[in-house]
Amino acid sequence: MSPDCSLSSSPDNLLGATVPQTAVINRPMDLVCGATLPSHSLVFETYGTLNKARSNAILICHALSGDHHVAGINTKGKVGWWDHYIGPGKAIDTTKFFVVCPNNIGSCFGSTGPTSNNPRTGKVYGDSFPSIQVRDWVESQKYLMDHLKIECWAAVIGGSLGGMQAMCWSLAYPDKLKHAVVIAAAMKLSAQNIAFNEIARRAIQSDIEFKEGHYLDYETSPTQGLALARMIGHLTYLSDDALHRKFGRLVHSGDLDTTEKELSEFEVASYLNYQGDKFSQRFDANSYILITKMLDHFDLSQNYNDNPAKVFVHAQCQFLVVSFSSDWRFSPLCSEQITDSLVSAGKAVSYIKIETDQGHDAFLLPNSRYQKAVSLYLSRVSNELEEISL
Amino acid sequence: MINDIGPIGAWIEPKSRLLDLGCGDGTLLRRLIDDYQVQGYGLEIDPNSINQCIQKGLNVIEQDLNKGLENFSDNSFDTVLMSQTLQALRYPHLVLDEMLRIGNRCIVTFPNFGHWQTRSFLAIRGRMPVTKQLAYQWYDTPNIHLFTYKDFEALCSERSIKILKRSFVGSQLLGLNSLCPSLFAKIAVYHLAK
Repeated sequence: MSPDCSLSSSPDNLLGATVPQTAVINRPMDLVCGATLPSHSLVFETYGTLNKARSNAILICHALSGDHHVAGINTKGKVGWWDHYIGPGKAIDTTKFFVVCPNNIGSCFGSTGPTSNNPRTGKVYGDSFPSIQVRDWVESQKYLMDHLKIECWAAVIGGSLGGMQAMCWSLAYPDKLKHAVVIAAAMKLSAQNIAFNEIARRAIQSDIEFKEGHYLDYETSPTQGLALARMIGHLTYLSDDALHRKFGRLVHSGDLDTTEKELSEFEVASYLNYQGDKFSQRFDANSYILITKMLDHFDLSQNYNDNPAKVFVHAQCQFLVVSFSSDWRFSPLCSEQITDSLVSAGKAVSYIKIETDQGHDAFLLPNSRYQKAVSLYLSRVSNELEEISL
Repeated sequence: MINDIGPIGAWIEPKSRLLDLGCGDGTLLRRLIDDYQVQGYGLEIDPNSINQCIQKGLNVIEQDLNKGLENFSDNSFDTVLMSQTLQALRYPHLVLDEMLRIGNRCIVTFPNFGHWQTRSFLAIRGRMPVTKQLAYQWYDTPNIHLFTYKDFEALCSERSIKILKRSFVGSQLLGLNSLCPSLFAKIAVYHLAK
């Protein structure tokens, strides 16, 4: 067992130390927008063991701000963003499955994106990185699939933007996945969602350090704008009830009655500022703009058949759709539209709505019903694998 | 629950599309899929039952029947089935209409409140019946609309619902069940059309 396990007192980190790998794709990749990436790299982590038939691989798709470090503890001591769900004996059981999670192109954690060098110019891409769509992420993940010599994913799983990738996989490569687990996602964004993303982009672009996207050339970063963008985003991932439960009107030190009101900062303000600042240190502003635009332009029914009831006609995999009662960013209605669309198309689908006050963020957080349902569903997936191999 | 699927099987076309409203732990739906290869979906609201359905490999959709079925389009299923759930709904008559809109045919099963045991329970003890089929106290029962099979048939005629076939589950003794279902049928099973 890895010595890193001692970093955590909980049994959550049984995976131990995880080390990222890099796949260099030297073939040009055509993007939906018409541009071509001459080559690209994908940083990824894997957990568990690929079986002999190479049939037990699960692809995890990250959302807007995610990275490849989804489970275990990395060399910096950081626990993966979905460690509650991935590991030995967990809902996505690494004793049964080989789990793959890449950082997607256009992001900023090592895979080719705005902070990488453009091989054509020898200069950093910055804001000249071509616009990307969910379909491009799927295409690049397909390169990774080929790199790992995986014929068919046992499942493709993702929350939020990750769920959109799972749906996109089911239509782009219908015979390359057996199951799609679509969590807190939507077939397209609402006007309100797009509006929130626009406010976030405006916050970044208004920062004097943004330099029209060329901040890297000036060795600076629009951290204030990025922090503000994240604060807005983060707030929309939480529910009113959860904020009230966590913070209420608590002030940073002491009680409102006993502290001088002008000087005290509300706990909720301090929390949001902290989240904003932390994020602005780890994320790239151009990536944030690029990926929020990608979200805005995602429209599954427009891209496939232009009819919500017929979108999934060509899908071949089985689906599990999950929503959270207090999610107002991608509300249960969005997941229900996905489910209805799958039923109309005669596809295999189960849908659960998890009761929680944790908003959109709930898809990342521990919740016994959610964990149990995903676990039962994936046991089914693993049993199917055993039946095939018998 | 009906463990023996009784007449239901004969009313279901193999490989047809079936929607099971209030599918519970999915026992019946599993049987119908295994025996008739139907393309089945179950609607359920109880998390534990939903988990059991997932475990059985069924398509189960979390949905509250009391909040409507508008998400299902007209004639989108060959059969809409509802087993032992009608009596627990807020507006059973409206759900029946919806079932007939969504399905070409409907199958409904429910406990017959006119069974002699429930009748005598009420008549002799003066208390609301607690029986095998209706195993709850009056204050915590999910069965908020108790009715007899005659009440059901009256409703069908009021709403011009065609009864294609009916069948009764109860005492096999001397064929009492079919001779006098009003008193001897524990569970009534109906095959309906618009």
